[in-house]
Amino acid sequence: MREGLDHWPFVLAAYVLGVVGTLALLAWSWLAMRRAERRRDGADR
Amino acid sequence: MHGFANPARFLRVARPLTPWLLGMGLAITGGALWWGLTQVPAERLQGDSVRILFLHVPAAWLGMGGWMVIAGVSLAEIVWRHPLAAIAGRAAAVPGAFFAALCLATGSLWGRPAWGTWWIWDGRLTSMLVLLFLYLGYIALAQATAREGASSRIPAIFGLVGVINVPVIHYSVLWWYSIHQPPSLTTGGSAMAPAFLYPLLIATLGFSCLFGAAVLMRMRALLAEAQAEARLRRRAREGA
Repeated sequence: MREGLDHWPFVLAAYVLGVVGTLALLAWSWLAMRRAERRRDGADR
Repeated sequence: MHGFANPARFLRVARPLTPWLLGMGLAITGGALWWGLTQVPAERLQGDSVRILFLHVPAAWLGMGGWMVIAGVSLAEIVWRHPLAAIAGRAAAVPGAFFAALCLATGSLWGRPAWGTWWIWDGRLTSMLVLLFLYLGYIALAQATAREGASSRIPAIFGLVGVINVPVIHYSVLWWYSIHQPPSLTTGGSAMAPAFLYPLLIATLGFSCLFGAAVLMRMRALLAEAQAEARLRRRAREGA
């Protein structure tokens, strides 16, 4: 461990990156799925 | 696996499974990250930076696991010509690439306070970076072959060849001198204290559920796009 270096900014940056990135991946996947399924259902009519 | 060769049968399972995996994954991952951030004690040598473990290790496992999924479905594509294999491979590539990138980013954020450097060209870090590049190559190749109507066996061969990098990542810390620590969890047991091990296993379970949910959503999107294209083409033929 490096003395004198506050670890919390690194920890918080990693958590923000992980949480925001994962939520963005899920939201993008969800929206793409809904859009594609609406387009398929619309192609039936 | 061949039972899911029929897209309608696959959708009957995937539709109810998607919200379950998503809900369970969000709850379990949220709980595990809160546990890791607020309840786990600082480690004797690494201090508070050890809390990055609960993001970094699941991201590394899912980054490698994502490519194992690609390799498995690539084999199914080449050997059995499974109709959903190409879609499953494309669906797993983006979440896999995301977790490989997250592993590299969180590793860099962990390396700065723990090792005094953001990056070093050693075997573990470099082979993980190669995995990210393989994902980007696979995504580009799979999209190009789908767009041009070329054979989906081309990205499948790439997926099978690329799997050679996964054992290289795993054994890199044993084969070469590395600043990265050797595996703490093996089939023989754990060198990790229970205070760190349990939240790590729970975080891995939660992230795995989210990975599964993302793959199912991507598969449903790709399948719906293919079905919409087919229906529009059929209507155009009927109208001509």
